[in-house]
Amino acid sequence: MSAVVDTVTPEGPLVSIRDLKVHFPITSGIVFQAKVGAVRAVDGLSFDIRRGETLGLVGESGCGKSTTGRAILRLEKLTGGQVLYEGSDLARLRGKALRRQRRRMQMIFQDPYASLNSRMTLGHIVGEPLLVHNLRRREERVDRVRELLNLVGINPNTINRYPHEFSGGQRQRIGIARALAVEPNFIVCDEPISALDVSIRAQIINLLQELQQRLGLTYLFIAHDLSVVRHISDRVAVMYLGRVVELAPNAELYETPMHPYTQALLSAVPIPDPVVEERRRAIVLTGDVPSPASPPSGCHFHTRCPAAQDGLCDIEDPVLRQVRPDHYAACHLIHDEDYPHIRSAEDVASSTQTRPNGNGGGPA
Amino acid sequence: MSDETQTTNPLEPEFEVALHPDAAGAYTEVAGAETALGWAPDTELIARRGTWAEVWARFRKDKFALFGVVVIVLLVVVAVFAPWLAPHDPTKQYTDIGLTTQGMPVGPSSHFWLGTDTLGRDMLSRLIYGARVSLIIGILANGFALLLGVIFGITAGYFRGGVETFIMRTTDVMMAFPIFLFAIALSTAIAKPSIWVLVLVIGIVYWTPMTRVIHGEVLSIREKEFVDAARLTGCSTFRILYRHILPHLVAPIIVYTSLGIATTVLFEASLSFIGLGVQPPTPSWGQMISDAQNYYLVAPWLMIFPGLCIMLTVLAFNLVGDGLRDAFDPQQRRR
Repeated sequence: MSAVVDTVTPEGPLVSIRDLKVHFPITSGIVFQAKVGAVRAVDGLSFDIRRGETLGLVGESGCGKSTTGRAILRLEKLTGGQVLYEGSDLARLRGKALRRQRRRMQMIFQDPYASLNSRMTLGHIVGEPLLVHNLRRREERVDRVRELLNLVGINPNTINRYPHEFSGGQRQRIGIARALAVEPNFIVCDEPISALDVSIRAQIINLLQELQQRLGLTYLFIAHDLSVVRHISDRVAVMYLGRVVELAPNAELYETPMHPYTQALLSAVPIPDPVVEERRRAIVLTGDVPSPASPPSGCHFHTRCPAAQDGLCDIEDPVLRQVRPDHYAACHLIHDEDYPHIRSAEDVASSTQTRPNGNGGGPA
Repeated sequence: MSDETQTTNPLEPEFEVALHPDAAGAYTEVAGAETALGWAPDTELIARRGTWAEVWARFRKDKFALFGVVVIVLLVVVAVFAPWLAPHDPTKQYTDIGLTTQGMPVGPSSHFWLGTDTLGRDMLSRLIYGARVSLIIGILANGFALLLGVIFGITAGYFRGGVETFIMRTTDVMMAFPIFLFAIALSTAIAKPSIWVLVLVIGIVYWTPMTRVIHGEVLSIREKEFVDAARLTGCSTFRILYRHILPHLVAPIIVYTSLGIATTVLFEASLSFIGLGVQPPTPSWGQMISDAQNYYLVAPWLMIFPGLCIMLTVLAFNLVGDGLRDAFDPQQRRR
């Protein structure tokens, strides 16, 4: 999948992922465990994250979004592939070198209740990264922690409090302060708002955007909420069953989705206008997402794709390739020469009924 | 997140508002401080306190736990100063005044406050000296079992893989042994019985339940996001273990240790009963109870007083254990 090569930013991408694979073994037996299979959570991902951008990563539950984010930060063991941070391969680092590199990459977690150690005060939670990396002298550490708390909108005087004294939104801010403590360039936001009350989500999103501008951060923003991703992202990658099926600039992806899966996904977003909602036809995919333990052959999506073609989609792996300027998709049915196959949601929906081969729609 | 915190702070303060003094009310209420003057005075209160000071502040509100502490302190004092506190020599047989003319033990009197035993020895003095044996065995044997249990449990739970399989299957095998027979075999195999052999034997026998408990706890803790966060911030494995995982094990450790001390005191009594524990004439509570079994109808004090001692010790350790568990948990603070 070397087709995805970034040419836009002159100094190259901040993070490049090349053929990333994370397989979780399925074992049986108590003393002598035999590997009987593997869950292919992430199965050959390649994309770049550009400096200063927010790359949105969307997909259904279980498609490998979070695993991708965790794998980039080396929280999961990689089965294969490379994670290049400014050109150096993180996948091969270990021990001290890895710990040093971790200063540059941080994560904001989904569950603000589980992501803070309940036995530590705010001062210790936010100050620990400073201590571990020896970033500040002892006397200066408290000042820096207060500064960080202030930055994320938490009263610095609460430095000796415990996390349970704070609300979910405040805890998420504390988690952000901890991530910022090591002065990272790159932050993986793993569904940072999906555990929060709706009333607080906007605050956290605004905080993240404000911090990005002020500190020049690069985000990988993982979410399943398409409208939030649309709001915050510069580019969006759509994942299906461990693979990226489409990657395009924000506006382009939402306006002209190329991949049938993206089209279906976007058509599922309700439109807050009863007239439009009445007239448009949503593409309803039938069946469930196949098990990542035994993904379908060829294009992973062919079992549910309304436009799948026998003898092509179920045999050959589609490659993520550039189909329009800066717009990548992995689908055999898109022809990049003159883009005749850019279809609206309605076209695809109607093709479900009139399709010559009666194979594509049903569950495999 | 407790409900109380939610109700006192129903709305997330706005980004700017969070720093506004008016918003302070919510926090001062949460912390239980009386002043609503603003941030500063309230935080001063907590700022001076370390973790241990807070644990103590919470612990001392628990009256039962304090009672337990008093009992344990008394026991320790009694054990340490036994030679000065005991009215008689615990091993001296008062064949003249300590036994009736039929050779039976005498009941409580002004000379022997708690009566004498079947050999005419002073019960009170023997109980006082017996506290030494019970405490040494209870604390040291449990400490030993605890040390093994925590090391093996954390190793198995955190590192997983082959190490886990080896350790946990070994504990399974150990637990399949009849504990008592195993202890008998061990104590007869190792030299001649003494307090130290007992400590070793009990420790080796009792590390398995501790290992299992710790292992299970670590398995759930290591998957929490704050452990990932610690790894991400560059903490070494050792730091993650003692700073992020161990503090969450304090509650189970304390509960199981307090229960364990109780069990150990009884286990020592059982071993002493069959002659593999503390060797006479050194007095131990368990041994005294087993000595009394043929006489308890005519001389009930032989059984009642050592029984009370064991009960009180076990109760005290349990109360303290409960109190400590609550005190170590910051979320219990508002109770």
